[in-house]
Amino acid sequence: MTNPLVPPPKKNPQKRSRVPTRPSHMRSRAALGLAAAAAEGRFMLQVCDECKTVQYPPRDACRSCLSVELVWKDVSPKGRLIADTTVRTSTNVYFRERTPWRVGTVQLDIGPSVICHVHGDAAVDDQVRLIIRLDKSGQGVLFALPDKATPNMEDDPHMREMTCDPKFRRVLITDARNENAPALAKSFADAEASIIFIGESESWRPYPHREALRKIPKVEILPLDVTDTGSVLELAGEIGGKTDILVNNARFVRPGGIIDRTDVNFSRDEMDVNFFGMMRLAQAFGPAMRGRGADGQNSAAAWVNILSVYAWSNMPEYGAFSASNAAALSLSQCLRAELWQGGVRVMNVFTGPTEDEWHQPLPPPKVQPAALAKSVIGGLKDGLEDVFVGDVAKDLIDRWRAGPKILEREMIESGGQ
Amino acid sequence: MSKTAPNPADLLTGLAQSLASGAIRTIDLTHTLDPDFPVIILPPEFGQCARFRMEEICAYDHRGPGWKWNNFTCGEHTGTHFDAPMHWVSGRDLPNNSVDTIPVDKFVGPVCVIDCSDGAAKDEDFELTPEIIIAWEKEHGRIPEDSWVLMRTDWSKRRGEAYLNMREDGPHSPGPTPDAMRLLVEERGIRGFGTETVGTDAGQGVHYTPPYPAHYILHGAGRYGLQCLNNLDQLPPTGAMLVSAPLKIKQGTGSPLRVMALVANGGASS
Repeated sequence: MTNPLVPPPKKNPQKRSRVPTRPSHMRSRAALGLAAAAAEGRFMLQVCDECKTVQYPPRDACRSCLSVELVWKDVSPKGRLIADTTVRTSTNVYFRERTPWRVGTVQLDIGPSVICHVHGDAAVDDQVRLIIRLDKSGQGVLFALPDKATPNMEDDPHMREMTCDPKFRRVLITDARNENAPALAKSFADAEASIIFIGESESWRPYPHREALRKIPKVEILPLDVTDTGSVLELAGEIGGKTDILVNNARFVRPGGIIDRTDVNFSRDEMDVNFFGMMRLAQAFGPAMRGRGADGQNSAAAWVNILSVYAWSNMPEYGAFSASNAAALSLSQCLRAELWQGGVRVMNVFTGPTEDEWHQPLPPPKVQPAALAKSVIGGLKDGLEDVFVGDVAKDLIDRWRAGPKILEREMIESGGQ
Repeated sequence: MSKTAPNPADLLTGLAQSLASGAIRTIDLTHTLDPDFPVIILPPEFGQCARFRMEEICAYDHRGPGWKWNNFTCGEHTGTHFDAPMHWVSGRDLPNNSVDTIPVDKFVGPVCVIDCSDGAAKDEDFELTPEIIIAWEKEHGRIPEDSWVLMRTDWSKRRGEAYLNMREDGPHSPGPTPDAMRLLVEERGIRGFGTETVGTDAGQGVHYTPPYPAHYILHGAGRYGLQCLNNLDQLPPTGAMLVSAPLKIKQGTGSPLRVMALVANGGASS
């Protein structure tokens, strides 16, 4: 079994915060498919479209028949650990700081044998299950887990390097007023986050679930309005150095597209919260988070955006809101590139219509706050980059991948339903 | 023998000397334009008043090495602000109904202050009624034509949620009744009406007939409003001079502004 993580001690103020370093990160274009699979927590390898041979490592032509028709497919992750070794020193600074580091060879049931990272609870000759995870440089790497879950397995130090588990980490949820705030806070409390800061805008204006939020253990409500640069800077000044996971749930949504709205005011609000809100937060909290990517057990780990799945393809009934989310999605890619330098992950959680006042006339299914919160926590524990919550979002991204132009026409004709 | 009218130039010189000596004090009746200062809240499907926001252009840094300046944004009705007649549907077709066309002499004038602070302390829905106005006049004299009337409630001392005092059935704060507004506007001919609350009307003013009587009656008659005023407890009931010039916004329905009062040291004039 894995030794359970203990709450990290208070930081010694005389010690320099460790500068984040990264494992080697150059990969071939073909190998980037591993990162794409890891982003969604899928186990995918290239499969030859002609002879069906499973490929590893990723390549441009089939190792069996030389066909170039290699397609990334979800495949069985089962196999057997046939050998292991422990690296005790390395010329790579990242690994040098983290030795001993265990690696091994797994013979996959579907064919290839692979060299991979190995969980401490997997022994040689054991049946294992491979996962692909993003490492600290954002590359997809293979990791062998025991076939069956073992106690505290998520606390394995190598595993924790590749996930963003909230356990003992300090979380900031940016918008207390959002109807999903209590569910998010409760899920982080259940996941053993050590503090849950919640930003509250306009304390002069009441909202229904304030008392419910207060009662959740470890919650601290602090002033924050993502549309007010001064307020964002002030809160970053106070807690920016101990924000390990930032969950940006601030969102402004109104139904409507372009012509029927007659003015740009709601669209400005949508951009101000959904786009500029992320930018203000990133400018204020980003530097410290990026600098704290290797700051011990409770290092800065992840930045979570909760976005509309209509960022991918515009839903005309919520056309301007969709557009603001498309802008936010693009901005999140920029943020991902900038935060990777410190090993901090950007995870986008895409949701279809949510169960709230602004989607009230829409038919079900709608995403419940608890389902959203579960996806956020699950995504962090699995170290994901892209999470799709609920049937609407999953269906939409499948259709987008199959043909964005066809989906665009469907959105016009049926509102995406 | 009739009293000789004072020479206007002497009056101004006297004013300047009194300001310099402190015989006349200047009182600031304005709240700070602060991003977190409450604005009026309407049902969320309606358009909303923008909050005050400020973005730094530069601060003696690489964006501009030797200076600091900001861009700010807000609504016409953010913070301590002035309402022009065109703000309300009743005043939409009047001449000179926007802040840029109101004659500038309307921005300086005498002010009467009706103290409703005791009543407002006991009753958050306290109403300014004709009876209260008549009783005030018995003590302080008839409200002069073309003067400002301010309703003092000490509401400006409230902070946080207590300011809008929002409940399930809407905000609760003091304000005038329709009859009080008719008396002030139609019989006394006031220039404008001001309050310490977020609007010239009571928090529950939508439930009067007409709804929002202060707005409806004032602006329908081409008169002005001032709201979110501060420090009204420092004004005498009569004798002060109000200085309240809105920004000259083209076709503006209102404007944030600095409101000041000139007060004779020692209180009210005789």
